[in-house]
Parts: sequence; structure tokens; C-alpha cells
Amino acid sequence: MAAFVVRRILVNIVVFMLIGIGVFLLVRAAPGDPVRMMISPEDLQEGSEQFIQARRAELGLDDPILVQYARWLLDAISGDLGSSFLNREPVSGLLLERLGPTVLLMSTALGISLLIAVPLGTIAAVRRNTGVDYAAAALSLGVISVPSFFLGITAIYVFSLQLGWLPSSGMSTPDGGGGADVLKHLIMPAAILGLAAAGPLTRYVRGSLIDELSADYVRTAEAKGGSLARVVSRHALRNSLIPLITIVMINIPQMLAGAVVLEQVFAWPGMGQLAVRAVNTQDYPVIVGFALYVAALVLVCNLVADIAYAVVDPRVKVT
Amino acid sequence: MESTEPLLVIDDLAVEFRTDEGVVKAVDGASFSVGRGEIVGVVGESGSGKSVTAMSILGLVKSGRRAGGTIRFRGRDLATLPAKELRAIRGAEIAMIFQDPMTALNPVVTVGRQIVEALKLHDKKLSKAAARDRAIELLALVGMPDAAARFKQYPHEFSGGMRQRAMIAMAIANGPSLLIADEPTTALDVTIQAQVLDLLKVAQQETQAATLLITHDLGVVAELADRVVVMYAGRVVEQGDVTTVFTEPRHPYTVGLLESLPRLDRDVDELHPIPGSPPSLLAPPPGCPFHPRCPLARDRCRTERPQPRVVGAGHQSACHFAAELAAVHTEVTR
Amino acid sequence: MSDLRPSLDAADVTAAQEAVAAGPGTGGPSSSRRSPRAMAARRFRRNKVAVGGAIFLLVLLVVALLAPLIAGQSPYSVDLGAIRQPPSAEHWLGTDASGRDVFARLVYAARVSLMVGVFAALLAVLVGTLVGAVAGLFGGWLDTALMRTADMMLSFPNIVVVIVLAGLLGPSIPILVIAIAASEWPTAARMVRGVTLAVREREYLHAARVAGASRGWLLRKHIVPAAMGQIVVVGTLAVAGAILSEAVLSFLGLGVQPPQASWGNMLNDAQSLTVIQSMPWLWLPPGLAIAATVLSVNFVGDGLRDAVDPRQSGRS
Repeated sequence: MAAFVVRRILVNIVVFMLIGIGVFLLVRAAPGDPVRMMISPEDLQEGSEQFIQARRAELGLDDPILVQYARWLLDAISGDLGSSFLNREPVSGLLLERLGPTVLLMSTALGISLLIAVPLGTIAAVRRNTGVDYAAAALSLGVISVPSFFLGITAIYVFSLQLGWLPSSGMSTPDGGGGADVLKHLIMPAAILGLAAAGPLTRYVRGSLIDELSADYVRTAEAKGGSLARVVSRHALRNSLIPLITIVMINIPQMLAGAVVLEQVFAWPGMGQLAVRAVNTQDYPVIVGFALYVAALVLVCNLVADIAYAVVDPRVKVT
Repeated sequence: MESTEPLLVIDDLAVEFRTDEGVVKAVDGASFSVGRGEIVGVVGESGSGKSVTAMSILGLVKSGRRAGGTIRFRGRDLATLPAKELRAIRGAEIAMIFQDPMTALNPVVTVGRQIVEALKLHDKKLSKAAARDRAIELLALVGMPDAAARFKQYPHEFSGGMRQRAMIAMAIANGPSLLIADEPTTALDVTIQAQVLDLLKVAQQETQAATLLITHDLGVVAELADRVVVMYAGRVVEQGDVTTVFTEPRHPYTVGLLESLPRLDRDVDELHPIPGSPPSLLAPPPGCPFHPRCPLARDRCRTERPQPRVVGAGHQSACHFAAELAAVHTEVTR
Repeated sequence: MSDLRPSLDAADVTAAQEAVAAGPGTGGPSSSRRSPRAMAARRFRRNKVAVGGAIFLLVLLVVALLAPLIAGQSPYSVDLGAIRQPPSAEHWLGTDASGRDVFARLVYAARVSLMVGVFAALLAVLVGTLVGAVAGLFGGWLDTALMRTADMMLSFPNIVVVIVLAGLLGPSIPILVIAIAASEWPTAARMVRGVTLAVREREYLHAARVAGASRGWLLRKHIVPAAMGQIVVVGTLAVAGAILSEAVLSFLGLGVQPPQASWGNMLNDAQSLTVIQSMPWLWLPPGLAIAATVLSVNFVGDGLRDAVDPRQSGRS
């Protein structure tokens, strides 16, 4: 087991380095001189050319590309992702500051999606081809088809502007009331993000549970005198939830994509909002930092998915 | 108010499946009974309806529908019993052993917990520790070496034979009065089959449970059963005492089955597999379902469905010419 | 290990094997004289929802092709004297922040959205088919590496790919198409790999390969025909995903750039509360257009899947 984990971690580190090279080369391929980008046009005067040359040397931009890459990578690993072009703040600090809100949004949404998908998928599977099943199918298809930002805008229109129940943007009201206040801000974006993720998950739970319910061991459990509820929850569901752990882990990065959009709609102060702003202001260091964070998230989720599967399923023997 | 009738009485049972091509009559008017402590073997080819009959007893036929008849257990019709009362009987008074122990056990639950579940479902007051002790006891009883360690293992850590032992332990956990074993040895290696059969015998003696043994293997029936029920195309064609049926069969299908059986006292080239194949249950032939394959078939067999008739002490045959067959068979064997 | 891990397409290989067993033109013993393709078409026509979706898409296609005739006016003519006007006889759906006709933009945007959706899906299916076939045909470490990459790309959100590419190279439609295809190809690759493995299992192919057939020949003559039904299904569903991605990315300002209209960037305006509150004609029509289109494509895709492989129907 330990050997398996170590091997997977090593593979993932290699992949991360490859992604790093890709991003690094892209930055270098981007039009414009990084030094010039850092200087606002009005500061460009006589003699600036010399300053730029000196700065280039100082930054090591004249070194061979591999040396530059190694230096950049070492910096990145030690947490130094450079500074934002926009306000000179260190990128890692900017991202870390916004990590909390994004994690809060995504974990709430994940909880909501599971609370919807597992019961709904289960009922749809057990009551196959009934009204509930069709309703679940319609809901899944609906949330897969309607863009989440449109749902968000509609929700703002209904719940914030027409009914006035929930705040439309931000994470808290200035000098507002603590946890309850944050919760009120959280409800809409988290619910919509969770709903969007629940669509495919519901389909998955239903499909795999239908397969499990036709398995022989389910008949054995029934023959022992177990009730339908018990047979489903203790036996069939147990078997279909093991792969669900993997599915959920692999889909977390997709959820981040959804979060980027909804952070924009609801002005939620997370990493996605920062990233979109960075693209619109061509703030390269922030874009690169964000990309590396996401790459790390994808790799960690894949790693956890592999390990979780091996740990939870007693049948998988890892060597 | 125990009635005087046998423990289990299956009377004119009919089970249908709806398919895209039409209605399949998997069981079509089967009747037989199982007395207390008796071992009854049900034999037939695949598709004869023997497994569906066994599954219907506990209402475990998924897509099928009972189209008629009754299944009386201690005088109560199981088919019309409310779900809750049926669950109280499942696994307690009537327990099942399934064909494929590879798939019949839940792969992600330890074997021990699956036995404990069977115990606790029918004895809510049983403590966790007591249930555990009892389960280990049961595993030891079915010849599981190192039962306490095996208790904690998952099915995939067991061999096929060991899994079937665990299934048997689970089935006898609550001291059932009827055990239904559906092809209990078919999925196992030949060498393991004998061990499991011996174990079934032991389990039966231990619990004094009546046993309904579903199999296509006449050898298994000969070894274990007191009585035998022969099924063909969803119907019971012959039933009676094992010795009687095997020595004086009164149905041409039974004769065919016996002749297709390899026996030590006969040469291999004397084996006579029954020509043809079982009829389609979608459109069963009129009259006797066996007539297309029957060497004795006459016009009457093609039009009139033969009803089971008594041909000897506790011996029934559903053949128009059962009496003549007695003479023919005697001639053949002597 | 990687093969043990389930994915949302866990049933792929079995489904593929069944499809291969049913085969194009092999006609199993139970099938009547009708060809599998004709039977699939018949099953599709019986599916009312899928047919409805197909009709909607046909109408939309006509609208997109005849945009200049239907729109009546230019989607680009700015009229700063009449900005954000409510719907009227002159402007059926009102005007936007630059005084441009919203209806005209909606009609022209259908062109962009459909084009991006179809091209991205085609690219994804093409790449996916090649990668899947190569992985299945060559096997070994190449198979492992390709499928690992596919898994990774599948979970790498395309928004982030676009954020990096558009952020560094500037947003454009080709970048949009490439980024969307990058996150859609793995589904096709997994499916085609499954079909390839199933095809390889078949004995006559074994014989064909022994007789010196090239892998390219195998791909053209056996794998692609066997996978065609499912390729169409995966491709159709990829169109739905691509249209959705285009909308999201353009909404964020990372996709189609104004003045060119796309349904996504038309909603860009709706980031202000005033617009949401009092100018629903600016955000409701493009939002509904996206939802109706994606829903229709999904209906058609699901219908095709059920038609191509009826055993799979209702399972996922």
C-alpha cells in the first residue's frame, strides 16, 4: 500500500513539473516583455532602456531558458509565485487570501450535491420507471443543460430583487452579522453550484444502483428477511457508493470551473473571481499562479481518488 | 392450530414472465409437497421451471408474476402474505442457499457481518457479542478452519467451497424448518462438490430441517433425497420416492434422464442423451409438452394434456401411457 | 490500477463489446431483415422528445443560415441615442447598451454558438477517435500513458485552460474551440478504445492482422465502422457541452469578443443589478436560447444513444 502511494505521488510530481514547463513556456511565448509589462507607459522616459536592460539582467531573463525554468520552479515550489502586475502584491498571498471563500463555497456545494444526488438517485433506482424516476431524469438533464450563470442571474432576479430574501453579491455585508450573514450570502451560489453538480451525480447513483440491485447478493439479503430499505441501504448502496467516492473526487476540479463562473455572478471574493479579473487586466503572474493551484488541485484529487478507492474497496489489493 | 398437511404444499403454481416477445409460462401448474424433515429433490433441465419454483416460495422472483395456484407453508399461503410477515419467515423459518457463492455474498461486507445480520434480523434482542459468538460457532459447525479469523474476512478472501460453507452457515443460522438449496454445488469444482454435499447432509441432520434440493444432477438427488420431483417445461411430470422413481420410472422423460446418466454398471457408448431440446415456453406445444421428443408419442399426446395420476404408492406420473411404460421399461432394463 | 478505477463511463467497454457483437451488418440471429442502422433510425423516430429536439435544432439551423433575412437589421449598427430601449415594434427585443438591436444579435449569435459548438465537438471526436484507437491498438505503456492523460484532461476544467490561453495569448474563437475540444476529447477516446479492444478480440480480425493488415486499414475498415454509432452519440453530446462552454467563457469575457455577438457575451451585460432588475430583455432571451438549444442537443444525444444501443437505455 505504502509503495503504491509513494509511486503515485512520484508520478504526480512528474506530471506537475510537465504542466509547469507548459505554463512557463506559454508565459515566455506570450507577446510583450515581462519587464516592460511591469512598468506603466507614463514611467517610460529617456534612459529607461538602460534601466530595462539592467532589470532584465537582474531578473535573470538573459539566462538560458532551462536555467530560468529551474529558478522559476524552485521559487514556485517555495511559494514565491512573483508579484501581481496590478498592485505588486505577492501572488501567493493574493491566492491564499481567496482560497478560503472558494473552499467554503465548493465544500458547501459538494455537500448539497451529495444530499440531492444520493437520495434522489436511490429513489429513482428503486422506483424505476415511475414519476419520481422521470422527475429525477428531467432534473438531471435540466441542470446539465441550463448554464449555471443564467440560473444565478435568474435566482438573483427572483430571490434578491423581487422577493428581497437574499443578498445578491459578496460574502458578507460590511459590519454585518457574522456567521449568519455569511450563510445568507452563501445560500444562492452554493445551492446553484450544488444543483449543477447533482445532475450527473444523480444519474450515476441511479445507474450504478440499478446494476447493484440486480446482483445476486441483493437476493441473498432479501432471502435473509431484510426489508427493502435495509437491503438497499446496507447492501446495494454500499457497493455503489464506493465508486462514487472516486467520481466525486474526479469531479471536484469541474466544480471549481463552476465556482469560477458563480463567483463572478455573485461577486463572491474567491480565486475564480481573482483569475477572471487577472485575465481581463493581463496580470500574468496571477494567471500563472492560479493555473498552478488548479493543476495541483487536479492532481491531488486524482491521487486521493486512486488511494480512496484502494482503501475503501476491500477487493482491491494494491501492491 | 397446526394443520395436518405437509410443511410446504405447492398447489397448481403458475408463474409468468412478460417479455418483448410475449408471455413466458415458466411454471405452469406445478404441484408437490415437502413434509417435515424430508429431503425432496427437484430435477430438470435448465428452463424446466425448477429454480423459478424455488424462488417463488420466498417471493424472490423479480420480474415474474404469480399467475395462479398457492404456496402453503404451515397452512398459510406465502404468496398472499403481507410483506412484513413474509420477511419474518424469510431467513428464519425458510432459508435459502444459492447457486453461485461467488456472487451471492456481498463483496464489501465481511462474511461474519453477513451471518450476524441474518441472526439479528430475526432476534432483535440478540447482543452484538452474542451474535458474534454464535456466528463463529456456526462457521465452525460448517467446517470452517480458524472460524474466528474467517469471521473478519471478506468473501473474496474465501475459496468457492468456503464461500458455500459460509452460505450454509448463514442459512442454518436461525434453525429453519425448511431449507431451499438452489443448485448448491453446480458452480463448484467437482472435488469440492462432494464435501459440500456431505456438509448439507450434516446441516440437515443438525437442524432437522426439511430440504428442497433444486438440481439438474440426478446423482445428487440419489445421494441425498428421500423423494424426487421431475419437472419439464414448467410442469411436474413425475414424482415419488427416489428409489421407486429411479428403478421404476413411469414417465418417458424420466426414463430419458436416467438413460443419459453415466453409470458404473453400463458402458459409455450405451449413454442415450434425449434427442431434441426443451420446448419454447413462449409457445409450448399443445398436449403433452414432451411429445416432440418422446419416442412413445401418439396422437393423443399431441392434443390432450396429461394430468398427474397416481401410478403407485406415493408415485405420480403425468403421462397418458404410464402403465404401458412400466412394461416397456422393465423390458429395456432386464 | 488505472483500469480498476471506475469512471462516469464505467460501462463503456461492455457497451462497446455489445455494440461490436451486434456489429454493423453482421445482423445477429435474432435480428430481422432490417439493418441495424434502419432499426436504430426507427427507434429514434419513436422517441418523441428526441424528435422534438431535432426539429428545434433544424429550425435553429435555418435561422442561423438565413440570419440576414430574419434579423431584418444589422446586429452591429450602434445607436447611442437609443440605448437599452425596451422591446418595441421597431426593436422586437429592445436594444442593448450600445443601442444595437437585441433580436438581430440573438439571431446572429446562433451562428457563432452553433459553429463553435460543432467545430469543437468535431475536433474533440477526431482527436478522441485517433487517440482511443492508437491506445487500443498498440496497448502497453502507450495505452496507459494516453488513458492517464485522458483522465487528467477530463478532470482539468476547460475554463482554466481558457483562462491561461486567453490570458496569455488574448481571447479568440480558435483558442476557444481548441480549449473546449481539449476537455471533450477524452470521452470519445475512452469509448473508441473500448470498441477497439472489443474489435481486436474478434477472431477474424486476429486472422486479418496475421495476414499482414496495417493498423491504418484496421482503423478505417473495422474500428471506425464498429464505433460509428457511438461516435455519433458522443459527438452529439459533446456539441451540447461545447455550446455550454462557449456560453460560459464568452459570458466571462474570455470567449467570443464584442462586437461579434454570441449568446454568452450578450449575457455579459447582465452582471449589473440594474440590468437584471429592470431590463430582462437583455438577459432572458439569450439565456433561454442557450438552455433550449443545449437541452435539444441533449435530447437528441440521449435519443441517439438509446437508438444505437437499446440495452443501455434507462441505465445512465
